[in-house]
Amino acid sequence: MSETLSTAASPPAAAPSPEPPGSSSRGLAIARLRDLALVPAIIAVAIVGSIISPVFLSTDNIINVLQSMSEIAIVVLAQTIVLITGKMDLSLESTFGLAPGIAAWLIIDPALTRGLGLNALPDAWAIPVVLLVGALVGAFNGLLIVRFGLNGFIVTLGMLIVLRGLLTGISGGQTFFALPESMTYLGSATWFGVPASIWLSLLLFAGGVVVLGYTRAGRALYAIGGNADAARAAGIRTDRVLWIALIAASVLAALAGLLMSGRLAAVPAAQGSGAIFQVFAAAVIGGVSLNGGKGSVFGAFTGVLLLFMIINVLTLAGVPAQWTNFLNGTVILVALVVSRITGGKAQT
Amino acid sequence: MSVTPKGSTGGLVDVDQPVVEAVNITKRFGSTVALSDAGIVVRRGETHALVGRNGAGKSTLVSILTGLQAADHGAVAFDGRPAPPLGDRDAWRKRVACVYQKSTIIDTLTVAENLFLNRHARGPAGLIRWPRLRREAEQLLAEWSVEVDVRQPASTLSVEQRQFVEIARALSFGARFIILDEPTAQLDGASINRLFARIRDLRAQGVTFLFISHHLQEIYEICDQVTVFRDARHIVTAPVAQLSRPALVAAMTGEDVTMPEADHRPLPADAPVLLSVRDLVTASGAELSLEARAGEVVGIAGGGGSGKVEVAEAMVGLARPAGGAVAVDGRTLRPGSVPDALAAGVGLVPQDRHREGLVPLLSIAENVTMTVPDRIGRNGLISPARRDALARDAIADLAIKAAGPHVPVSDLSGGNQQKVVMGRALASDPKLLVLITPTAGVDVRSKQTLLGVVDEVRRRGTTVLVVSDELDDLRICDRVLVMFQGRVVREMTHGWSDNDLVAAMEGVDLHHV
Repeated sequence: MSETLSTAASPPAAAPSPEPPGSSSRGLAIARLRDLALVPAIIAVAIVGSIISPVFLSTDNIINVLQSMSEIAIVVLAQTIVLITGKMDLSLESTFGLAPGIAAWLIIDPALTRGLGLNALPDAWAIPVVLLVGALVGAFNGLLIVRFGLNGFIVTLGMLIVLRGLLTGISGGQTFFALPESMTYLGSATWFGVPASIWLSLLLFAGGVVVLGYTRAGRALYAIGGNADAARAAGIRTDRVLWIALIAASVLAALAGLLMSGRLAAVPAAQGSGAIFQVFAAAVIGGVSLNGGKGSVFGAFTGVLLLFMIINVLTLAGVPAQWTNFLNGTVILVALVVSRITGGKAQT
Repeated sequence: MSVTPKGSTGGLVDVDQPVVEAVNITKRFGSTVALSDAGIVVRRGETHALVGRNGAGKSTLVSILTGLQAADHGAVAFDGRPAPPLGDRDAWRKRVACVYQKSTIIDTLTVAENLFLNRHARGPAGLIRWPRLRREAEQLLAEWSVEVDVRQPASTLSVEQRQFVEIARALSFGARFIILDEPTAQLDGASINRLFARIRDLRAQGVTFLFISHHLQEIYEICDQVTVFRDARHIVTAPVAQLSRPALVAAMTGEDVTMPEADHRPLPADAPVLLSVRDLVTASGAELSLEARAGEVVGIAGGGGSGKVEVAEAMVGLARPAGGAVAVDGRTLRPGSVPDALAAGVGLVPQDRHREGLVPLLSIAENVTMTVPDRIGRNGLISPARRDALARDAIADLAIKAAGPHVPVSDLSGGNQQKVVMGRALASDPKLLVLITPTAGVDVRSKQTLLGVVDEVRRRGTTVLVVSDELDDLRICDRVLVMFQGRVVREMTHGWSDNDLVAAMEGVDLHHV
């Protein structure tokens, strides 16, 4: 009723007329701009950065920024998929540590690592094990959230703690090291002069843009997040789609964890701990709604890029390490305000 | 039919078959019988009304006719052929579509995508081809002359445009039988006229409608046949023209119901002025000045966009007015403050009970006493006994159908929920009672109770403001102010004719044409 009331009274005889053309095309323009809302902010940070330090726009530094964000960016992609369906997955940060942790635990030789590891599997199993762990975690989340209808926030909060505890348990709280090359390759290799992890994350984002924008399965995510009943009425198998989204997200997080372990050549028991807040922040800054149904993969990418560029600028400006957390939080808040101003709409 | 050899008439037999025929349908939910040996026959090309009070079994029948639920007993046939199995959604969608009260349009997607959700146009690689999808959507809407830009997000559509989009989508599946579940509940007068014009157009093109509504005059306006359900049973099916209004109401309720006609005794000459509204201007520009005396019932009528709801909301503090002053019993209200209005003795039934009227998960007792925490406790502590006592009074006074004060309001039917909202407004013994569309979406009996309450409180000296475009609501008023485009254009004392009032609400003056 309020919608009909807010429009000005029209003559009763008039045919059902759409909004005046001017206002609807402006609405359209804003909807499209939402994707690009952060581009001005990114350019502004780039300009500030190059003023603060001439190094900022050098190829080395750009590659440095892209590499430092590549793993988290993949987790942001994973979270974006889940958020668009109207759910959330906090456990991604623990999957990020656990998946490479289990692979390392099963593969590395205790003789080389003062008793850590089982040496139960050959080296070649590393990547399959990582992805399998991710898939199993996602399937278990799906079982609790989709099948049993439990609240996704609490389920994945519980999973976050359980999975972190599992990693601490198998590692005895220590760091797995002496990883086989099969685990370190993707995180440390260089393809065409650029680290493989950058290629991978860009490739995954490109894939995400296509899947979420141009396939029925991807559009089903938006439909479910927008109105699950309506999606069901349109013949979408909502439960199955949710299940697949949760599994895909966990697999992506596991892969991101593998890249991180490969880059550091180790799996600390705390790998990924606390990262979920940054992941949420990047997604929301990038225009993904916590209420579901809204947001794009490209937007999420600009969100994570903006966040890491600001952090890089602060590092180049010589901000002491003790202040990093304070500034990280401030950056998130400022980025939210900036995207509110440029995007015109409240980020929810 | 038994004489004619089947082979020779072939396809023609189907044309004579009813579009849908449901016979001997029984459906139970646990111990509740939702439908008992009920049925309906809808013939091709007619517009068929389905009426009944809340809980009569209409919704259950709709979900069985649309294949969302299976009947325990009985059979459904479309065009003389048995209904497809429940799992075959596509087959159901080709036969029947329902435009529900709750929209199945997804706000966050564009109109085009809503039309072709999960059947997007795809290219060779299985990727969606957006330009083609938009073209198809434009063609579809043009075919049924729905004028909406398919690229705009569905959230920008009005309620009316949403319904047209939903109808177009249903037709695009091939269905020529459409169920409209209370389509007019959220529409204003002008939009209802446009919807009816659309229904008549589509009917001429061979579309059959099953029309569900609480508004009996709409049924007389648009429908050919009417089927009445009561207490899970089929009561009567008859041509609309052969069933008088009282007979129809009697069939729905099982007894005679007449709408309360307030005793329009002239007010005592010394009745003090209780409400005075001076030059109130809302943020949207609507204006109102008004004085009402104790015990007077004043109606504010007008269509959507007339500003009637806005002025009422500004009066009670739900919205901050742009200017003007409101005084109740000599006390000037602080603009835009609901607590101040409550303290001054204003009771309110808001426009949308789901949004502003109720907290669905809380009990009747908590909802009823929400505005009067100081009357059910001391020192900030609430006394459950006193709260429940107050709620029991409300349940008895308003004939709320519920097992007790602890039942959550989400378990109640629409009419009973609205009674809880009324109970909440009355809990503070208000000096001024403001009712905004108080009988929207409630059945005949609840309507009678709710309007009967008005007559009771006026006798206690309460001033009542009825803000509505429902003639039944306005009939109880001593005088009616008619608003059009933000201004009061007419004032009519009791005894107005329906035509005059409706014409005034539409901005037409019948006497000066």
